[in-house]
Amino acid sequence: MASIVLYLNNSAKDITFPLLEDRFQFLNPNTSSDSLFSSLAGTVRILLCVANSPVNSETLDKYPSLECVVGSTTGLNHIDLAECRRRGIRVTNAGDAFADDAADYAVGLLIETLRRISAADRFVRAGSWAVKGQFPLSYKVWGKRVGIAGMGSIGRRISKRLQAFGCSIAYNSRKPKANISFPFYASVQELASNVDILVVCCALTNETRHIINRDVMKALGKEGIIVNIGRGSLIDEKEMVKLLVKGEIGGAGLDVFENEPVVPRELHALDNVVLSPHRGGAVPESLLRLQEIMIANIEAFFANKPLLSEIELESLSWILS
Amino acid sequence: MESIGVLMICPMNSYLEQELDKRFKLFRYWNIPQTQQFLKENSNSIRAVVGNSMAGADAQLIESLPKLEIVSSFSVGLDKIDLNKCKEKGIRVTNTPDVLTEDVADLAIGLMLAVLRRLCECDRYVRKGLWKTGDFKLTTKFTGKSVGIIGLGRIGTAIAKRAEAFDCPISYYSRSEKADTNYKYYPSVIDLASNCQILVVACSLTPETRHIINREVIDALGPKGVLINIGRGPHVDEAELVSALVEGRLGGAGLDVFENEPEAPEELFGLDNVVLLPHVGSGTIETRTAMADLVLGNLEAHFLNKPLLTPVV
Repeated sequence: MASIVLYLNNSAKDITFPLLEDRFQFLNPNTSSDSLFSSLAGTVRILLCVANSPVNSETLDKYPSLECVVGSTTGLNHIDLAECRRRGIRVTNAGDAFADDAADYAVGLLIETLRRISAADRFVRAGSWAVKGQFPLSYKVWGKRVGIAGMGSIGRRISKRLQAFGCSIAYNSRKPKANISFPFYASVQELASNVDILVVCCALTNETRHIINRDVMKALGKEGIIVNIGRGSLIDEKEMVKLLVKGEIGGAGLDVFENEPVVPRELHALDNVVLSPHRGGAVPESLLRLQEIMIANIEAFFANKPLLSEIELESLSWILS
Repeated sequence: MESIGVLMICPMNSYLEQELDKRFKLFRYWNIPQTQQFLKENSNSIRAVVGNSMAGADAQLIESLPKLEIVSSFSVGLDKIDLNKCKEKGIRVTNTPDVLTEDVADLAIGLMLAVLRRLCECDRYVRKGLWKTGDFKLTTKFTGKSVGIIGLGRIGTAIAKRAEAFDCPISYYSRSEKADTNYKYYPSVIDLASNCQILVVACSLTPETRHIINREVIDALGPKGVLINIGRGPHVDEAELVSALVEGRLGGAGLDVFENEPEAPEELFGLDNVVLLPHVGSGTIETRTAMADLVLGNLEAHFLNKPLLTPVV
């Protein structure tokens, strides 16, 4: 009997996973015939969650035999992890499929913002160089103090890259990491007070929503830069926009927003802001790697073997029971 | 020193200009309508020239300044200065090495990321309101791409160090193989271009390196290859580069310099696989100030008969 996987895509995204389609039989509520669906809905044990399709109590109620949710993203804020823990459902994410590319992107956004690369490119394409003369001077990257909010697999890779640019690294995390020697700050605000650039790459949870708030951004200061490759809601976006427009923070490189694909219009006019449509992990190799990881997780599940990229729900103290 | 005449060739930095004005008798060459006349009348009081990457001191200018003692360039590149003529006449020459190395290397990596990950295009996509119509396409991975560097000097080495942090294998071409490095050496630019995915021009511009990136090199780099130029425009046969990009024979390019600045080839303006910058390699507040201080420091050292800070000749 082929392994049956519930395929849930209630995101706005038209994504397919060709490598998985060959190996598993997908039960798709949007396309399966009613009779097939109703006969299998009660027995399907594993769910593949496409992009940010919500998985909540309502979802889980429909599939009472579910034992495992296989995520296809790094962040799992669209999955009710507390509910999964309550029901004994195991959860896997994308592992490190997107980690290198997200780290590359964060560094790219950082350099772009400080060195005004997008704005300078626009300047040339508008024909302004010959007419207006020199493009305004920008800001040096080398040697800047960088604060990483969230020292997971992406944060570590960002640190390694930025050290080659002479940057010093400090971080905030739920608690200090055993094998990381960079200075640890117990609060993001303290971190922000001691760095020139704040890179946001932590998970979005109930605890970290708006963790970058007005106080943190004021602590970062007028010359401070924010780079966000985590989730839009990690930052109080309304406050950030106000501060950017008023010049109370130095600039921002943003790949994620609170209400994608909506991007606050006020940001469109700013040269010290770089805007990106959530493409931090979007390269073909990472999508291939993602599929390999999901296949490994699904096959391990059916073979009763340890899952490849399981999230430790028990250790997540921020999950309220 | 207020009576010492210093000729500044073009506008380059207001801090430098102000300081030169304070400390010397400053002549602004770009404001002079009749340069022949001006030189006839003032050449005997001009003892220093300050130039940059756009304009410096060619043989003709040097000949017309009989009292010229020093040319202090607001750049590290010396291609706009007739060094042989200066040597012949015992004229000192200084430039601004080291202080701009990091900025230029930072920008080179910034260009690589911008071209491969389409950062500028993504930004345009959002600003045009297109995200609401659908996701932007997938882009090209940077980690692990092979980087070939032409010229393993201060800037080339700094670029290599950064690229290594992204797990990029490094190879290079240089006039001669360097003993103190583990990077792979190729004895020709074509060999280098055939064996890397991102080719960076980081050597100085001399008669030998003019058009070092020609049609053959571009073909060797190929439709998946990316060219990054943070050297000088004339390093690249620009007409060949433009047609290769427009025809899809070259994968992409990140260009900070052009053959005829401030003109950049308009045929490139509509392409999404290029990033075009207005010669901003060292264009940060911090670095331009440091460069200006070097120019001023060299001039003062010369006129006080002290050792020059960063002499070339």
